[in-house]
Amino acid sequence: MKGLYRPGDSPIHRLAPQCKLVAVVLFAVVVVATPRERFWAFFLYALTLAAVTLLARVPVGYVLKRLAVELPFVVFALAIPFIGVGERIDVMGVSLSVAGLWAAWNILAKATLGVAASILLAATTEPRALLLGAQRLRVPQLLIQIATFMLRYLEVILDEMRRMKVARESRGFTPRDLRQAPVLAKSAGALFIRSYERGERVHLAMLSRGYTGTMPTLRDDRAPKAQWAMAAVLPVVASAVLFVS
Amino acid sequence: MHVPDGFFTAPVAIGAGVVAAAAVAVSLKRAKSELDDRTAPMAGLVAAFIFAVQMLNFPIAAGTSGHLLGGALAAILVGPYTAVLCVSVVLAVQGFFFADGGLTALGINIVLMAIIPSAIGWGIFQLVTRVARNRASVIAGSFVAALISVPIAALTFAVLFVLGGTAPIETGAVFAAMGGVHVLVGIGEGLITAVTVSSVLAVRPDLVYGARFLTKPLVLKTATGEQVVEPARQEAPKPLRPFLVGSVAVALVLAGIVSFFASSSPDGLERVAEDEGFLGAATDHAFGGFALADYGDVGGIPVGIAGVIGVVITLLVGGAILWSVRQKTAA
Amino acid sequence: MTLDVRDLAYAYPDGTQALFGVTLSIARGERVALLGPNGAGKTTLVMHLNGILTPGHGEVRVAGLPVTKENLKEVRRRVGLIFQDPDDQLFMPTVREDVAFGPANMGLRGDDLDRAVVTALEKVGMADAIDRPPHHLSFGQRRRVAVATVLAMDPEILVLDEPSSNLDPASRRELAEILKSLDVTVLMVTHDLPYAMELCERSVILSGGVIAADGPTREILADGDLLAEHRLELPYGFAVPSPPGRG
Ligand SMILES: Nc1ncnc2c1ncn2[C@@H]1O[C@H](COP(=O)(O)OP(=O)(O)OP(=O)(O)O)[C@@H](O)[C@H]1O
Ligand SMILES: [Mg+2]
Repeated sequence: MKGLYRPGDSPIHRLAPQCKLVAVVLFAVVVVATPRERFWAFFLYALTLAAVTLLARVPVGYVLKRLAVELPFVVFALAIPFIGVGERIDVMGVSLSVAGLWAAWNILAKATLGVAASILLAATTEPRALLLGAQRLRVPQLLIQIATFMLRYLEVILDEMRRMKVARESRGFTPRDLRQAPVLAKSAGALFIRSYERGERVHLAMLSRGYTGTMPTLRDDRAPKAQWAMAAVLPVVASAVLFVS
Repeated sequence: MHVPDGFFTAPVAIGAGVVAAAAVAVSLKRAKSELDDRTAPMAGLVAAFIFAVQMLNFPIAAGTSGHLLGGALAAILVGPYTAVLCVSVVLAVQGFFFADGGLTALGINIVLMAIIPSAIGWGIFQLVTRVARNRASVIAGSFVAALISVPIAALTFAVLFVLGGTAPIETGAVFAAMGGVHVLVGIGEGLITAVTVSSVLAVRPDLVYGARFLTKPLVLKTATGEQVVEPARQEAPKPLRPFLVGSVAVALVLAGIVSFFASSSPDGLERVAEDEGFLGAATDHAFGGFALADYGDVGGIPVGIAGVIGVVITLLVGGAILWSVRQKTAA
Repeated sequence: MTLDVRDLAYAYPDGTQALFGVTLSIARGERVALLGPNGAGKTTLVMHLNGILTPGHGEVRVAGLPVTKENLKEVRRRVGLIFQDPDDQLFMPTVREDVAFGPANMGLRGDDLDRAVVTALEKVGMADAIDRPPHHLSFGQRRRVAVATVLAMDPEILVLDEPSSNLDPASRRELAEILKSLDVTVLMVTHDLPYAMELCERSVILSGGVIAADGPTREILADGDLLAEHRLELPYGFAVPSPPGRG
């Protein structure tokens, strides 16, 4: 399982991670707070993100492909006009709920913009840097550490899971319906034991190198004001659009 | 599965964020007092396990498959507080590193997939294992706990949606759809949780947090043949009351915050029901999600400003909670 | 004696007893191989040497200091433990942070810390990998970085759990050269008898949680019955070189 990160050397890549984090979250908040009737505000948000994409030299196709995560919700959103209540209109012979159409548009527009912004953040920031950024933003140490260990060992554990799958399948097991679920669940049990025991061994390895409960902080990168100013452009533009519209 | 941005109004999303931050803060404290300096590596590895296990697809019936949510499973295996931490970190990583789940909806996702399943699952598991304290009750308890945790989470989603969702769907329909489908999903979740717990119990019973009462005393043989019996690391069952009181308190806070914003929200069901001239009125709103927006200004404060003030206050409260916990954990 | 183990017995929390009274002493500068079949308790013994596991019965002393809670920090500075699986040992996101973890816990900061990290990595020939994430390294490279993480703490006693397993012949030889070049006491758990022969003058066989034999490696490896009794086998075609001066 690879993250979305694409190594690169654009102005967006070079921006301090804490600045990007704040900018993207604020942008998402502004988008969600925008009344759905302001079509052109959403259009301008999309344009802003497109500009960021260009500046970051992330291929547009890459962003579009990753947008597929929200597919289940697209289906849900498209269903709302059919099942929604209230006043109805006929669109090409199909009776749709007016409020439902609005709701569908609202969800689609905001979810798409939100996901696109997250994709850009993840694509231009190394996971490790993102965690350091969160640490700078005073997210509790312990949470950062948990996430750090999780990311370090995710690949190792997924590897173990894949090996178990190969072992199952090479012995002729193919899951067909819920009756086979217990076999998978037994693998899950084994995977838990392995993960837990690895956690114990990692803890022992830490202890044997003098760990006493706090991680030594080795890096503490303060972001220069200029970086904050540059990152602020995204939410400021979005807010400006919102207030002017 | 993860709720994206725009599904809920900004106030509901932020309200849920505050509740999530508070619950995570409490869990941080409690997990630390339980796991001590092992918290970071253990919770990190368990979080990686949950991430992996959520990717296991279980076939339900011809062609369709479901995947484990894992909240109740985690609570039974590592305890409710560690479980909340692990699942929350998984959700945050999925949101920020994999763009799965909206960033503004992170609080909602944590409430729905970390807090509710862990709390409900653990509560039910405790009730069942209190009736009989043996292996069978642990497995039965796991099944029931996981089964019920899923429709409860779904119903919570429905309640939130009715209060502060952005789509006009009949209340009854939302509840029926979410509840009905998720009872089925819950059966799968329960089955898989029970088998997983029982297979861990068979190999390393000491690893199942919820089954610690099954641990036997340690016997030690030395070279000279003498036997040293270490005292069993067994503890009397803790009273259930603090846990129940805590859960109710969290539920009340949640309800309070959400309804405070939601009752004044023009979006969602009531709005559609009472407001026929929908299109014309709507364009007047500056912040569609805020009640304050309905009348253009509140006590002379322009709408947009009022909205921003609301958001800022909520963020400050959440920040203050996080900050105070950080001080505590650092000390 | 730099390392003293007396009457050590231990049972894991699930009730499995792994050690049934182990007594062992190692002098300063010795290189000792710890041999024994799978499940003999070798890893369990090793984890007592720097206080990761607490004896159920008996005592461990390092340079005269009993391994107790008060002495843990000092003991862990003196005893460097290298684990069986380098993935357990390398838990930080980059090689640099990982090698720095130990010395930073000992209080090193700034330039001193950087120097300790670079020196340790140079000793194992991995200075180029300093900014890479451990999971992008090959197995042999990870094993070498794992050695560096411990060397950075400048230990007096180096304890290695199966250092040569899964290494290709060249990496195996390079690791032996690194170990020979260090001026420390070494206790090395291994299933690789020729490796024990090459590196250690003394060997100890642990079997069923007790010490079954303790003596010069050459003599132990020459005793076919002893080896067979404890499921130890020399590789096909390997002959124990006869002691010098005895033809
Ligand atoms: N964490 C644990 N919990 C319970 N039992 C354990 C644990 N670790 C090891 N054991 C048991 O203790 C005994 C000794 O194990 P140990 O790992 O010390 O053997 P070893 O000599 O290192 O074997 P190998 O050569 O396979 O590495 C074994 O029976 C093993 O199953
Ligand atoms: Mg071993």
